[in-house]
Order: sequence, then structure tokens, then C-alpha cells
Amino acid sequence: MALLMGTKLGMTRVFDDNGVSTPVTVIEIGSCVVTQIRDEDKDGYSAVQIAYGDMKPRNSTIPMIGHDAKAGSDAKRFHREFRCTSKEAGEYELGQSLTVASLADVAYVDVIGTSKGKGFQGGIKRHNFKGQQATHGVERKHRSPGSIGGHALNAGKSGRLKKGKKMAGQMGNVRITTRSLDVVRIDEERGLLLVKGPVPGHNKAMVQIRPAIRLNRSKTKKLASAE
Amino acid sequence: MSTQQLIESLNADALKTDLPVMGVGDTINVHARIIEGAKERVQIFQGVLISRKGRGMNEMICVRRIVDNQGVERIWPINSPMIAKIEVVRRGDARRSKLYYLRDRVGKSRRLRDQRRGLKHTAGQPTVQK
Repeated sequence: MALLMGTKLGMTRVFDDNGVSTPVTVIEIGSCVVTQIRDEDKDGYSAVQIAYGDMKPRNSTIPMIGHDAKAGSDAKRFHREFRCTSKEAGEYELGQSLTVASLADVAYVDVIGTSKGKGFQGGIKRHNFKGQQATHGVERKHRSPGSIGGHALNAGKSGRLKKGKKMAGQMGNVRITTRSLDVVRIDEERGLLLVKGPVPGHNKAMVQIRPAIRLNRSKTKKLASAE
Repeated sequence: MSTQQLIESLNADALKTDLPVMGVGDTINVHARIIEGAKERVQIFQGVLISRKGRGMNEMICVRRIVDNQGVERIWPINSPMIAKIEVVRRGDARRSKLYYLRDRVGKSRRLRDQRRGLKHTAGQPTVQK
């Protein structure tokens, strides 16, 4: 299982028997439908496309309705692909339904979402700049970023700034991956997944879930000791 | 089922149903579980309930008492498994929802009047408020 899609519902807390409170995010994973299987010969790469989220057919487009209908599915809102080897792709079949049950023996997941948009923000909020002093002669520049470097610095050639220089600009509303979140509970009956801690995006936002692809040392150790 | 109801239903089993009716100003006994290694015991913390906030699983209580002339406040999630039991000892008359002003009170003025309205608590009676 390499990818699932779901809806972030909100957060709550869960107590264990020792009284330890765990903050959890509730993610609803409805059934994801396999809508296409890409293969090397035809598409040049192998991958599996899944679709999630009901929508009215009149809000979809005729090509997309036809695409979903090929898999025997109603019109779906979101379509995402995940790459895999052609052998793995062969294990999926068109129209197959993937549910939260496929995460049953997964201890850690990555959750991918679109973070909340904060609009155009200055350097202090966006990059944690310190700003200037409140007094000592600073006038009307208290939240400005300060010097952004001159042409003599190692910041690109010909007097230009290096790309990626931290400045004011759009903050949020970007794709964020939160890695290695603990799976706290799985409710197969209602298709709910509880992961520890926050995930990007607002409530009711679409998030993508995959088994964690890389763990840090302590989590790897924990996983090994559990086995 | 709305989203909020769905999230609350996740904790429906963990919510306590045996809590007494208690309000801010009441003197209560909190039977707190204390785990020391393999052993477990119950410690009773008696004090005035000075704050109760939050809803459902997030409901918190703050209980204040005086130990050796030193004010001590303990805050618990009301549904925490670390609370074995809560008893109401005395009903106090509070006209605020948060009794933080008790922190500044010394001596007799620290006491609250018994509740004038509703049922007064007497030992052995169920602590139900009309």
C-alpha cells in the first residue's frame, strides 16, 4: 500500500491507561478507487492512480467522468498517482477499492496536505527574523528584514541576489509533508485514522497518507523492539 | 452525523458518567491515582474548585488548597484515568465562573459562603442540584 487519500476532520485527545494524553488528528479515509494503472510500455513509467472524494457529475468534466467510469466508479474529485515497480502495480486492479484497513499493520505514516494560507507576510512571521530594535534611533523600520546582501557577497554573480533569499512573500498554501506520525488508532468500521499530532491544512481538507518512508533513529528502534 | 459529533463519538467510551454534579466554588475531594513503579495508590486532594473549563474530552478542572500556608493548585483533565473518583464535600456560593481572586485572599476571607440556592450537600446524600 503506497498511498491513500482522506479528509482531515479535526483534532481531539486520547488517554491511555497510564493517564498520558495524546493529541490526535482524526482523518476520514473513505474508499479510494484505483482508476488507472500506468505501465512501462504504454505510459513510459509504472504507477497506480487512485481517486477519492465524491462530486456531482455535473461539476466534473465529460473526459473525467469517462475516465472514472472506466474503473466502474462515479465521478471523483481528486486523482493522484503513486509510482511503483511494474510488479507492484500488477497487484492492483482497475476499480479496486482501497480502505483504511490497508494501514492495519503500519505503525508510522506520512501525511501530505496543503498548509493553511497566511497571505503575504513579512520576514518576521514568515522566516522568524528578529526585526530591528524598538529604540536606539530605529525609525519606522522595526519589522524590516535589514540588509539583504550586496553584489560583492557570495550571493550569485553580477550583483544579483541568490535565488531563494528569505524575504517577505506568500506564506502557507503550499504542499507540506509531515513525516513519521504515529498511528494511534484505526476505526475500520467508519474508515477513521487517528494519527498523533497535527497535520497540515484546515479541517475538511484533502490529505494524502502513505506508510512512512523514512524513520528517525528513535522510531526505528521502537519499531524494532516491538517486533 | 456532523464532523464534531463524529470526533466526540471517538471518545464516547472514555467520557466519565459517574461524575458528581459540581460547580465552581464547591469543595471537592479528588482521588488521584499515583503510580510509583509497579505500585499504585490513591491520594486524596481536597480543595476548592476554582475553575472548570473546556467541553467533552477537553474539560479541565483546577482545584486549590492551602498546604503549609502555601497555596497549591492542581489542574486535571476531568476525564483523565488518573482521577479515580471525585466527591463533593461542601457546596460553596460563587458568583464568578473563575475564582482566581482567591489567590489574593488571606485568612478568613478565603472562605466561601455555603450555597444558598439549590440543595445543600449533606453527607450521604446524592450530590444532585435542582
